[in-house]
Amino acid sequence: MTALTLTNVNKSFGNVHVLKDINIEVNEGEFVVFVGPSGCGKSTLLRTIAGLEDVTSGEVCIAGNVVNQTPPSKRGIAMVFQSYALYPHLNVRGNMSLALKQAKESKETIEERVAEASRMLSLGDYLDRFPSELSGGQRQRVAIGRAIVRHPKLFLFDEPLSNLDAALRMNTRLEIANLHEQLGATMVYVTHDQTEAMTLADKIVVLRDGRVEQIGSPMELYNNPANQFVAGFLGSPAMNFLPAALLEDGNPNTLGVRPEDLMLDDAGPLQITSKHVEHLGGDTNVIADCNGHQITVRLFGQHAIRSGQSLQLRIAEGKSYLFDPDGARLS
Amino acid sequence: MSSARSNPINTAAMHGALIIYTLIALFPVFVILINSFKTRKKIFREPLALPDADSFSLVGYQTVMKQGDFFLYFQNSFIVTVGSLTLILLFGAMAAFALSEYRFRGNMLMGLYLALGIMIPIRIGTVAILEMMVSTGLVNTLWALILVYTAQGLPLAVFILSEFMRQVSDDLKNAGRIDGLSEFTIFFKLVLPLVRPALATVAVFNMIPIWNDLWFPLILAPAEETKTLTLGSQVFIGQFVTDWNAVLSALSMAILPVLILYVIFSRQLIRGITSGAVK
Repeated sequence: MTALTLTNVNKSFGNVHVLKDINIEVNEGEFVVFVGPSGCGKSTLLRTIAGLEDVTSGEVCIAGNVVNQTPPSKRGIAMVFQSYALYPHLNVRGNMSLALKQAKESKETIEERVAEASRMLSLGDYLDRFPSELSGGQRQRVAIGRAIVRHPKLFLFDEPLSNLDAALRMNTRLEIANLHEQLGATMVYVTHDQTEAMTLADKIVVLRDGRVEQIGSPMELYNNPANQFVAGFLGSPAMNFLPAALLEDGNPNTLGVRPEDLMLDDAGPLQITSKHVEHLGGDTNVIADCNGHQITVRLFGQHAIRSGQSLQLRIAEGKSYLFDPDGARLS
Repeated sequence: MSSARSNPINTAAMHGALIIYTLIALFPVFVILINSFKTRKKIFREPLALPDADSFSLVGYQTVMKQGDFFLYFQNSFIVTVGSLTLILLFGAMAAFALSEYRFRGNMLMGLYLALGIMIPIRIGTVAILEMMVSTGLVNTLWALILVYTAQGLPLAVFILSEFMRQVSDDLKNAGRIDGLSEFTIFFKLVLPLVRPALATVAVFNMIPIWNDLWFPLILAPAEETKTLTLGSQVFIGQFVTDWNAVLSALSMAILPVLILYVIFSRQLIRGITSGAVK
């Protein structure tokens, strides 16, 4: 069964057309990540699903019901915000139980659900504390707990990790992945960070300028991008784009090669001059100049390459992509 | 301030300036207070001397207590001030919330219209207000004053509060909406507590002019039973003779409640003024 269906969803703020004909289908139990550069409309899309914004046209379906006219609290959703958005006047217990109290659940149910959520998120010791007495990571866990207690049909995450530091971000990312496994719930997650998208998602939706660029599993998108934008957005370091004319005279198209698909080869067709070398231990990233174009080469293992050194490269067999001047994929 | 950055001369100059300002500001209050405890002769002979055994007298206070119903005036002032403040804060905050939170056609125009009142002194409309009050039969009631002061205070209240409400996190309000809170609950439980410093600021800015006002009580509610404190004190100021003892005593007593209210609000006020600067 589909947990969420968006059909021709459009959204405008005055004259600004923010979402353009969005069609997405999310199956039950799926973890879907909306990813795209800032300003691409991904948060707006999430807020339309939540009911915090009305759609200008189109249909939003949650668990088979059209919810265009349903208020957020009746849509069977729970949302986790980037800024945590905890109620400052309530302690952790109060924050988690408010929605259930509003829904007139019995005291026993509320207690049971809060206990369950706090066990899952190891918040047991903090139930009587106020948000101002918690660290950032703890606050985000409370925000997630507040979503869990509602047993929603759909979890919505709006960049939940952006306010956390790097180490905590990784831990919380794992926690969210675990949570998805334990609860088996459908989750929609918005981020601008392609690593989060690649690591968490069952299905990634890449958005640009309010349009869906491509939908698919992380590896599908990585191995088989539909266009130059998707190819450049996913993967780190990002894909190199070079004029195909470098290899074949008069070819107007663009050649795309991932940094790891470039090999050192003295007989290779590409000549580069290294400009900067990053030694990461496991790999070595060489940022180099290739006929006036910047190019990144990712070499596995450690290599003694100096900056300013001239190198010859070849492209791994069948690992290059060709895009036409408008960015559409040719091969 | 850290000791590494503070320079004794700067510190002294800063405190000096503040102390001088405080003295200037408090001097009139001080003069009123000491003279209210002196005999009439001493007030004129040595207005700056402290009351001593010879000059000490409570005659002013006795006159005030005997003549006119001072406690009634007091009560009227209090009702008018507290009533107006309550209405200003309630309606001002509601309007500010609507303006800052909801997108609707004419939002900008409505905001400008509501702010217009800051620039137009309400006293210009006195005649029209009086005619309106006469035709609605509100003349010589405290309601006349409360309504006028509410109208007078709303523009600034809406202006200040909507600015503060824009800073309240959208995520928080949205979290409330998803949890099923009504817009009223979001307003009263989530937003109002977060703009409390701004509410205190608005309260203080409005409280003092209302408490001290002579104009509207004189015109709209001069009856004995609706006189406010400021108007009541005018009894002692005559065209030819002024009972300075009584005037000074009445004024001394009038300072007190404002002082108390100010102390209550001021801690919030300080937070309100500095909240933008230091997060």
